[in-house]
Amino acid sequence: MSVPSKISLRDVAKSFGPKKVLQGIDLDVAPGESMVVIGGSGTGKSVLLKCILGLMAPDRGSICVDGEETVAFNDRSRARVMRKFGMLFQGGALFDSLRVWENVAFGPIQSDGMKAEEAREVAVAKLGAVGLGPEIGELFPSELSGGMQKRVALARAIAREPEIIFFDEPTTGLDPIMADVINDLIVKCVSDLGATAVSITHDMASARKIGHRIGMLYEGRLIWQGPVADIDHSGNAHVDQFIHGRAEGPIRMQVRKL
Amino acid sequence: MNIPLLTVLGRMFLAFLEATGAVTAFAFHAVRQAVQPPYYRRQIVSQILEIGYYSLPVVGLTAIFTGMVLALQSYTGFARFSAESAIPNVVVVSLTRELGPVLASLMVAGRIGAAIAAEIGTMRVTEQIDALTTLSTDPFKYLVAPRLIAGIVTLPILVFVADIIGILGGFLVGVYKLDFNDAAYLRNTIDFLQFQDVFSGLVKAAVFGFLITLMGCYHGYTSKGGAQGVGMATTNAVVSASILIFTFNYFITEAFFAR
Repeated sequence: MSVPSKISLRDVAKSFGPKKVLQGIDLDVAPGESMVVIGGSGTGKSVLLKCILGLMAPDRGSICVDGEETVAFNDRSRARVMRKFGMLFQGGALFDSLRVWENVAFGPIQSDGMKAEEAREVAVAKLGAVGLGPEIGELFPSELSGGMQKRVALARAIAREPEIIFFDEPTTGLDPIMADVINDLIVKCVSDLGATAVSITHDMASARKIGHRIGMLYEGRLIWQGPVADIDHSGNAHVDQFIHGRAEGPIRMQVRKL
Repeated sequence: MNIPLLTVLGRMFLAFLEATGAVTAFAFHAVRQAVQPPYYRRQIVSQILEIGYYSLPVVGLTAIFTGMVLALQSYTGFARFSAESAIPNVVVVSLTRELGPVLASLMVAGRIGAAIAAEIGTMRVTEQIDALTTLSTDPFKYLVAPRLIAGIVTLPILVFVADIIGILGGFLVGVYKLDFNDAAYLRNTIDFLQFQDVFSGLVKAAVFGFLITLMGCYHGYTSKGGAQGVGMATTNAVVSASILIFTFNYFITEAFFAR
C-alpha cells in the first residue's frame, strides 16, 4: 500500500492578467521527503510556493495537505493548517522592529500563547541549533550579516517544530561557503524534526544537497521530476541545459538589444 | 492615438469607483478584525504612544501659533468696526470647531500617515507581512487594527490639548500685545463657549484619526514593487488622508450645525 502524500497538487493553475504563470501543476510530496523545485527566474516557482502556503489563491486545481483540500479554506481552517507550516523566505523577512530572539519567539508567543520567558528559552535553543549564540538574540536584524539573517530566519522557521517546511531560494545572495553552511543546517534541521520539506531554488549545488527529489518547472509546467540521483541523466534537454548552466539549448532567454 | 475626452473621463470615473470600492472593503475587513479578539494590547499601547504622545510637540506648536495668528488677524479686521471685544469668542469658536481638529489632523496625517504607509509598505515588499501569515498571525489584527484603534482614541485627546494650547496662544497675544484685560478675555472665552463646539471638534478628531490611519494602512498594505512603490504609498497616504479630512469636515459640520 502506498503512503498517502503529505502535500498533493492536482492541475493547479494561476494567471496574472494574460500571463499564465502556472499551467496545470501535478505534484506529490511524501511525508519526510525533501522535494526541490528548480527553474529559471520568472518560471513561477515562488507563485507555486505561495499557492501551497495559501498566501495566493490558485485560479483552478486542488491543493491537499494531509489529504485535506485547502483551496477553499476559511480563515480559521487556514490558521489551523498554517500551524503545520514553517517558512524560510528568500530575504529572511525578519521583523526589523523586533530583536532577534523576539523574531524567533514570535510564533510561539503570538500564535501559540507561550509565556515570553519560556519562548525566550525556546528561541535561544533554536538559535543554538543554527549555530548562533544567545548574545545574537539581543541584536536587531539590521545588525546582522546576510548569512546570519538567513540562520535567524531558519531558526524562526523551525521554532514551532512544523511538520512541513518551505524554503524559498535559501542560498540566494550568499557566498558559496555560507551557502553550504545553510544547506547543511537545512538538512540537519529537517532531519531532526522529521519534517517534510519543499524548496525552490536555481542553485543546483543546493538542490543536490538538500533534496531527495527534484522537479523542474518550465513555462508553468513541471516538465520533469525524479530522484536527485537521476538528474544528471534525465533525458530531458531542458533539464540538461539548466543543470549545466548553458546559454545554448531549448530554453531561450528573452534578451532585448539595447 | 486620439482618445475621445468622454473615454478618458469614463476611465477616470471607473478607476475612482474601483479605488473607492477597494478602500471600503479594506475598511470593513479592518474594522471587523479590530472588534474581534485576539487584541494585541502591546501593539495598541505602542501605537497610542507613537500617534499620540510623540505628536504632541508638533500639534502643540501648530495650535499655539494658530491661536496667536487668529487673535492678531481678528484684531486687525474687527478694529475697523470697533468689535475688538469679539476676539476671544472668534478665537475659541474657530479653534474648537474647525482649526483645532483640522490643523492637528493634517499635521498628524503628515507625520503618522506617512510613517504608517512607509512601515507597512516596507513590510509588504520585504515579505514580512507574508511571514506574519505563515506564523499564524493575521496581519489585519496585528498591524492594521492597533493603528486604527490608536488613531480613533488619540486624535480626540490631541485635539483637546490643541484647543487648550491654541486658546492660550490667543490669550497671550490678546493680553500682552493687544492690551486686553486678562480676566475679561478669559470670561469672554468661557461664557461664549458651548459644549457642542468642543464636542463636534472631538467627534471630527475621532473620524479624522480613523481616516488617517486607514489611509496609511491601506496604501502601505497594497504597495507594490520596491522603494518606488513604498514612496508612492507614502505620498498617496498623506494626500488621500488630507483630502478626506477636508471632505468629511464639511459633512460633519453640516450634521452638527446646519439649520
